Amino acid sequence: MQKKTVGKSKVSSKQGNKLLHQMMLIRRFEEKSAEAYTETKIRGFLHLYSGEEAVAVGVTQALGENDNVLSTYREHGHAIAKGLDPKTIMAEMYGKQEGCSKGRGGSMHLFDASKKFFGGSAIVGGHLPLAVGMALASKKQNLDNITCCFFGEGAGAEGEFHESMNLASLWKVPVLFVCENNLYAMGTAIRFTHSIQELEKRGDSYGIPSASVDGMDLLAVMDAVKKAVSTIKKTGGPYFLVCNTYRFRAHSMFDAELYREKSEVEEWKKKDPIPKFRDYLLNANLLSEKEVDAIEKSVEKEVDEAIDFAENGTWEDIRDLTKFVYSEKEAE
Amino acid sequence: MSKMIKITYREALKQALREALQTDEKVFLMGEDVGRYGGAFAVSKGFLEEFGPDRIMDVPLSESGFTGAGIGAALGGMKPIVEVMTVNFSLLAMDQIINNASTLLHMSGGQVNVSVVIRMGCGIGSQLAAQHSHSWEPFYAHVPGLIVLSVGVHEDARGMVLTALKSPDPVILFEYTSMLNMEGEIPENSGEVDISKAKVRRSGNDISLITYGTGVYKCLEAAALLAEDGIDAEVLDLRVLRPMDEESILESISKTHRALVVEDAWRSVSISSEVSARIMEKGFFELDLPVERLCGVEVPMPYPKHLETAALPQPMDIADKVKKMLRS
Repeated sequence: MQKKTVGKSKVSSKQGNKLLHQMMLIRRFEEKSAEAYTETKIRGFLHLYSGEEAVAVGVTQALGENDNVLSTYREHGHAIAKGLDPKTIMAEMYGKQEGCSKGRGGSMHLFDASKKFFGGSAIVGGHLPLAVGMALASKKQNLDNITCCFFGEGAGAEGEFHESMNLASLWKVPVLFVCENNLYAMGTAIRFTHSIQELEKRGDSYGIPSASVDGMDLLAVMDAVKKAVSTIKKTGGPYFLVCNTYRFRAHSMFDAELYREKSEVEEWKKKDPIPKFRDYLLNANLLSEKEVDAIEKSVEKEVDEAIDFAENGTWEDIRDLTKFVYSEKEAE
Repeated sequence: MSKMIKITYREALKQALREALQTDEKVFLMGEDVGRYGGAFAVSKGFLEEFGPDRIMDVPLSESGFTGAGIGAALGGMKPIVEVMTVNFSLLAMDQIINNASTLLHMSGGQVNVSVVIRMGCGIGSQLAAQHSHSWEPFYAHVPGLIVLSVGVHEDARGMVLTALKSPDPVILFEYTSMLNMEGEIPENSGEVDISKAKVRRSGNDISLITYGTGVYKCLEAAALLAEDGIDAEVLDLRVLRPMDEESILESISKTHRALVVEDAWRSVSISSEVSARIMEKGFFELDLPVERLCGVEVPMPYPKHLETAALPQPMDIADKVKKMLRS
């Protein structure tokens, strides 16, 4: 039984198709990534986004091409939603030079400057000051883009969260802080890490307008982000949006999940944002079963192509090892 | 040959920053007390009135936050000069400098460069005790991706920041508060300086005194003392601590065949260890004597003046050490 969506956002048939497609693509991409990891094609840390798709897709659909996105080490979903090619993402995770970061970053450091996607940061909270600075640069240059910064609730306990919220509000810069509260900082539940668990309340102490939303409901996220973006556009200042969500899979591929009950995971899976949105589209006659099948097939094909692309990718010449330490281009 | 003028180290730093702010609208200065206070060391005094609060930004005591914001502003196309009031506080910003500034170019496969200048005031010698007397040049010089400069003379105070702003990559600039009131002579038309090479500050034939920062004037003083004894010391100012200019070091050694490395930083795992190792690796057969070092004594800086003085290499110590080396 799917709980009915609470979001009031209306989507057209075309838009609904696109958004469902993105969420399903992210889900399938993560499943394939896990397989590739098991086959030791992908190494290092691999953090999967399954369960949280409504946040990445719901938030990113409200952003323009010139809006910056910074994210965490669980960023495949954000990258796909921001328009990075799944092929280059998969190649990146394979460590191939055709990857979006030339293979130098791996799963945790996806970059594509042309899509205004600035990582993939793996020090919790460390990218929040960067987001404030990028928004400051926009303000100084009178650009009308915003900077969106995704982070988990774990980052909310870092000093850099406090510093960044304070600076963003003080300087009134157009940054959208999106906290994906998936209830666990690695394996430690939020009740053990935050004195106030309604994280949106913390916006008040910085004078930052804030809201929380059911992050398992795409339409609700779309409602919330619409309000957030319009507030930012109106005030020029920051906004803090907490999306309450859940990751269905382990923290990383090394996690035995000793810290949570299987039953809890099963309960949350009933709130899976993908079937919820799919059923909404079907019930509203915005999409047919046939079209859902077509999306499924397309997604399968896209992910297979991404794997093929990564498999056929090439290894960077070891002689180039010390590239990208300093810029080769001359300063202007 | 341009006319020489007398100038304090502070005034040289100030003129350089002012020129940077005047010539490029994308340049802005951010740091604790840089505006209304006039800079903790009065380097940016008057700037707020001249350039306004958008270009001279007072920031809260959030070293990680504002340093990271400076890095972010560079990503966003600005030319930020981040002032970390003293090098001691830079430890609070180390996550941003090392995990972000130095890595972004690489992690992005060359897509994203960080053109930020981070200035830090270093000060030893004013009885500031253990938490305010650090020499962290070796920490930062350890990190690939950073360019680490040490402002040891007035001409560099007048020019290094200007060149640093043209670098596509992050530059850490060490300035020395103990030198702020010191007068020096520089050409009237001083400006941008090279930031890739070490520089011979005094040419000599008998021994190379290799140093940086406050060590430069100390070594020059020592060289003057040695000259009285007929010893002709060369003083090589490293200036660029990363990437290190090995060539100039080896060139000096091949002339003098002896080296003493001098620095305020603690001896272990320091700039002098690095210099010494490189001479051993590439200049071993040029040497008439083993390389020796005079460094900060490995103790958290004590407060009493006599102990503080004893913890650091002084000109007389340098001269004595050289005489001892040459007698051996």
